[in-house]
This record gives sequence, structure tokens and C-alpha cells, in this order.
Amino acid sequence: MNPRTAGTFSLPARLLHWLMAIMILTMLFVGVGMVATVSERHVWLVQLHKPLGIAILALVIVRLLVRWRYGTPALPADLPPWQRAAAHLSHWALYALMLAMPLIGWTMLSAGGYPVTLFAGVTLPDLVSPSPTLYSALRFAHTWLALSLFALILLHLAAALYHALIRRDGVLASMTRSRKQP
Amino acid sequence: MTQNAAPPPKLILRFTIIGLVIAILATAFAYVGGWLDPGRLTPDRMINTLEDNAGVHEGYRRNHAKGYCVVGSFESNGNVDSLSRATVFETGRVSPLIGRLAIPGGDPHANDGMPPIRSFALQFQLPNDEQWRTAMNAMPVFPVSTPQAFWELLKASQPDSQSGKPDPAKMAAFFAGHPETKPFLAWAKTAQRSSSFVNVEYNSLDAFRFIDAGGTTHFVRWGLVPEAPFTPMTEAQKQDPDFLSRDLRERLDKGPQRWHLIVTVANPGDPTDDATLAWPADRRQIDAGIVTIDRAQDQADGPCRDINYDPLVLPDGIAGSDDPLLSARSAAYSESYNRRTREEAESATSSTQEPRS
Ligand code: HEM
Ligand code: HEM
Ligand code: HEM
Repeated sequence: MNPRTAGTFSLPARLLHWLMAIMILTMLFVGVGMVATVSERHVWLVQLHKPLGIAILALVIVRLLVRWRYGTPALPADLPPWQRAAAHLSHWALYALMLAMPLIGWTMLSAGGYPVTLFAGVTLPDLVSPSPTLYSALRFAHTWLALSLFALILLHLAAALYHALIRRDGVLASMTRSRKQP
Repeated sequence: MTQNAAPPPKLILRFTIIGLVIAILATAFAYVGGWLDPGRLTPDRMINTLEDNAGVHEGYRRNHAKGYCVVGSFESNGNVDSLSRATVFETGRVSPLIGRLAIPGGDPHANDGMPPIRSFALQFQLPNDEQWRTAMNAMPVFPVSTPQAFWELLKASQPDSQSGKPDPAKMAAFFAGHPETKPFLAWAKTAQRSSSFVNVEYNSLDAFRFIDAGGTTHFVRWGLVPEAPFTPMTEAQKQDPDFLSRDLRERLDKGPQRWHLIVTVANPGDPTDDATLAWPADRRQIDAGIVTIDRAQDQADGPCRDINYDPLVLPDGIAGSDDPLLSARSAAYSESYNRRTREEAESATSSTQEPRS
């Protein structure tokens, strides 16, 4: 067995990680599903997509504050440098996409002249004035960044399982358990 | 870096598990996204079929492509504020309108005399960034009640490459297989083409729900009843492919044009999920206020161009019904909007022209 990581993520960090993991995977499936059907599923999936996406925007801000406040455990000391770099890079890419996707969704609807209605009676203010050029650029970005996010999550999941099943170095446990020391 | 540990037992099995987990998740995603399910009726396929029938006219709507922007206002008289808490129905409230008068079909240069139908779409601007959008047709019932049947109708009416007209045998077969089209066909047989956009009645056709201040739901349909009396299209007008816009301008030069917004309330048991069935004529009808149109503008640079009149853009107090056409319209209009705004953006960058006036 490989040497274990020192420490684990803080409880708020772990709760937010798993809550948001479920929410974001849900958003990706809801997103591709709702634009791929004309059935009545389309309407209720869109009605779920918008408030859930805005909730992710709020949570990712809280999560970055939690990370700044509580820090993160170190990766195992023997992890090859390229894997260490890949871990850091991919985590920052995940944060960037978690922040960008809902902001793009909101701005895109404003640019399309749509009211950004989350629930009956709750409509967010417009972020930009209507512009078909901006709308179509953001609509394009919303699709392709979502697909990139999904690919990155698959990679992230594969890496987590690699740590758990192959290296067995306690990295997965650092996100699942509250062990203070290895 | 030193690997100071032996590899775990059953290494191949462990890698296989990882591979399987990823493959299953990726496959589920592809399935939900419709990529493994070519038979599904997606918004994409619906719009492709509209394009097959009418060709691709870049920057234009994929249906109701030929139309004109109009601007005006709606003044509520408060008569329906007990049925819906939407601010648009408050007594005396005047809501600015951006509308669009159009004819059905995907050809933006079609002859106005061809289709028996005219359409009117409206966007009501309400306080707190809320909007109410509605797209209405001048007919009493819709031909079909489901998106699948609409798509089959589009397929059946695809113009023949030789004659440029739909194949009558295919059309006949479609109507024979779809008895729900009978009320529409009966109307179409006797319907007279109007001489104007402003002297016909427009209908929401789909049912909606009004939600009152207490949270109670009332099923409704709405429509516009014109103040101008109906007159049929004249022989002279038949010679002019753009007679509807000419007439519209002439009438607006003389003064604003008005319609009454009439709300029809369903009785319990009236069909709310089937746009092929009209409600009995004795249902309660309420005059909710007056739609006034003051001026018109070409759609190429008018304020309606970049609006998607999605019938499910609704304010608090109005909601969709169980009519399956509503979801399909919302999905398909969005795909049409995505395509035409992309084409607009591309042509704007190539001519470095401000896209919106
Ligand atoms: C984590 C956040 C989000 C994710 C992962 C996400 C993901 C997606 C995906 C995968 C699609 C389908 C794209 C396609 O296949 O073309 C989509 C479409 C869409 N998203 Fe999001 N989204 C997010 C946030 C939002 C937010 C906050 C809004 C608006 C408030 C929004 C509005 C939309 C709309 C309106 C569409 C469909 C547009 C159309 O009909 O063409 N999204 N989203
Ligand atoms: C689907 C199953 C998932 C598993 C098994 C998993 C597992 C893990 C593990 C073990 C870590 C700790 C890595 C370390 O010690 O540096 C981690 C971190 C992280 N995960 Fe996940 N994750 C999953 C899904 C997601 C999803 C969907 C997202 C969001 C898009 C996400 C975003 C992140 C981020 C941003 C970090 C870095 C945390 C930080 O350093 O602040 N994860 N994940
Ligand atoms: C599943 C059935 C239907 C489909 C697939 C469909 C499709 C479309 C499409 C693609 C557009 C162009 C949207 C845009 O680019 O902005 C459109 C416009 C329109 N449709 Fe439908 N439609 C359907 C049913 C109906 C029904 C039931 C009505 C009845 C009121 C209706 C009335 C209109 C009107 C008035 C417009 C023009 C809106 C404007 O002026 O912008 N449609 N339709």
C-alpha cells in the first residue's frame, strides 16, 4: 500500500463536494436531456435546470470561501509530479467551470431577451441587454463548456478510483472520511 | 518518485472496474442526450423537417417566416384580475407590447394570398423583468393534438421535388389516419382569407392556467377579437404578394388598430390537453382589455426580430396546461431561435454591421 495522505478535507468541504457533485451531474444530464426532446419532459426539465444552476452558482462561492478558510490536505508525497500537476490543474478547471456555467446560462438568457425566471414570481435581473451576437456566442459556449465539464468529471472520477483501487493511498478517503491523521 | 509499494492484487480486474464505471456513465449521458436514440423526436429533427419543406432561409424563423413587427400597448380593465394574479391584468395597467403579424410557412418571401391563416404574436413587458409572450393563430382549432402528429403532418406535406407541391396521396393518407384533424378540415373548407391582418380573430388554441391570488387554478384559452369588421381578400389583393403589409401600413397611417383580449374560461371536464377541440360556445367569455397597435416596422430591423415568442414565457399568475403541444413548441421555437440568431451573428460579423437597430 502507498503512503497515505495527511489529513482529510474539512466537513463543510466534504459536504459541499458531494452535494455539488450530485447537483452538477444532475444538471449535465438534465441539460442534454431537455434539449433532446419535444415531450412534456422538456418543460419540467427546463424548470429544474434554471433554479438548480443558480443554486450551484451560490454554492460554489461558499465552497471557495470554505476552501480558503479551511485549506486542503496535501496529496501523497510520492505522487509523481505530473499527476500532482494534473490534479491541481483539473481541480482549478472544475472550479472555473462550476462558476462559469451558471453565469453563462444567466447571461445567455438575458442576451436572448428572455426573462430569467427561476420559479413563478422569481425572475432574476437582466445581466446584459439583448444581442443576438452575444446570445449565439454564449449559447455555443454553454454547450461546449458543458461537454468539457462532463469529460473532465469522467477523468476526475477515473482518477479518484485509481487512487482508491490501484494506489490505495487514502486520497478518496480524504473526501469521504473525517480521519484527522493517516 | 519511488513507488515503495507492491501493486495491489487483481490489478486487471481493478482497472476493468474503473473502465466500466466510466463507460456506463458516458453511455447513460449519450443516451439521455439522444445520441443513441435516433428515433426520438427531438427539437433538432422537428426543425430539420421544417427546413426540408421550405428550405433554409438564413436569419429567418423556421415557421411563420414572413412577418412584420408591430408596437403598441395593452390596457387592462381589471375584469380577469379575480382569475389571475398576473400584474398584466391589474385594473388600468398599461403594458407595452412588441408584436409580430405573420403568415404560416417557412418561406419568408411567400405570397400573402396563399395560406388561409394569419398569426399574431405578442410580448407584454411587465414590472420586475416579467414578460408574457403568446403566439396566436387566426383559426378556431389546430389540426393536430400531439407533436408527433405535427411532425407526421410536416412529413406528409413535404413538397414533391418535381411539382413543388405536396403529394395529395400522402396528405390524404395522413388525414385518413388522423381523425382528430376533422374539425380543422371542416373549418379550412369554408374559411375565407381575410383582406387584412387587422380584421381577423386570433386564438391561443392551446389551453393555459390562470392562477388567482388565492392560488386557485382556472383553465382558460384566450384570443383577440378585432374592432375592424371582417372583409375577405379581394381580387386585386390576390395579384399582390405583399398585400397584407401594404394594407397594414395604410390602416396604421389612418390610426391605431384595436383588438379586445377575450379570455374563455373552461367548465370542469372541458378538454385542456387537446388543441383540436374547441370548447362549447356557451363558455364564459371575459373581455380583459384592449390591445392597441400604433405602428409597424420591417422584421429585418424591427424590435420583434430577435424575440422568440415561446408560448411558455409566462408571468406569475399564468401557467401552461397539460396540452403536449406547449412543451414541443417551447423546445422547437428555441432550436429555431438558436439557428437564426447564429446565422444573424455570422452575417453581422461578416458585414461588420450592428445587428440590432
Ligand atoms: C452548472 C451549471 C450548468 C450546467 C452544467 C448546464 C448544462 C447545460 C447543458 C448540458 C445544456 C444542453 C446544451 C446542449 O446540449 O446544447 C444546457 C442548456 C441550457 N441551459 Fe444550462 N447549465 C448550467 C446552468 C444554467 C443556468 C444557471 C441557466 C439559466 C439560468 C441555464 C440555462 C440553460 C438553457 C436555457 C439551456 C437550453 C437552451 C436552449 O433551449 O437552446 N443553464 N445547460
Ligand atoms: C463522481 C464522483 C466523484 C468522486 C469519486 C470525487 C472524488 C474526489 C476526491 C477523492 C477528491 C480529493 C482530491 C484531493 O485530495 O486533492 C476530489 C476533489 C475535488 N472534486 Fe471531486 N469527485 C467526484 C465528483 C466531482 C464533481 C462532479 C465535481 C464538480 C464538477 C468535483 C469537483 C472536485 C473539486 C473541485 C475537487 C478539489 C477540491 C479542492 O482541492 O478544493 N468532483 N473529488
Ligand atoms: C408542435 C407543434 C408546433 C411546432 C413544432 C411549431 C413550430 C414553430 C416554429 C419553429 C416557429 C418559429 C419560431 C421562431 O423562430 O421564433 C413557429 C412560429 C409560430 N407558431 Fe408554431 N409550431 C407548433 C404549433 C403551433 C400552434 C399550436 C400554434 C397556435 C397558436 C402556433 C403558432 C405559431 C405562431 C403564431 C408563430 C409565429 C410567432 C412569431 O411571429 O414569431 N404554432 N412555430
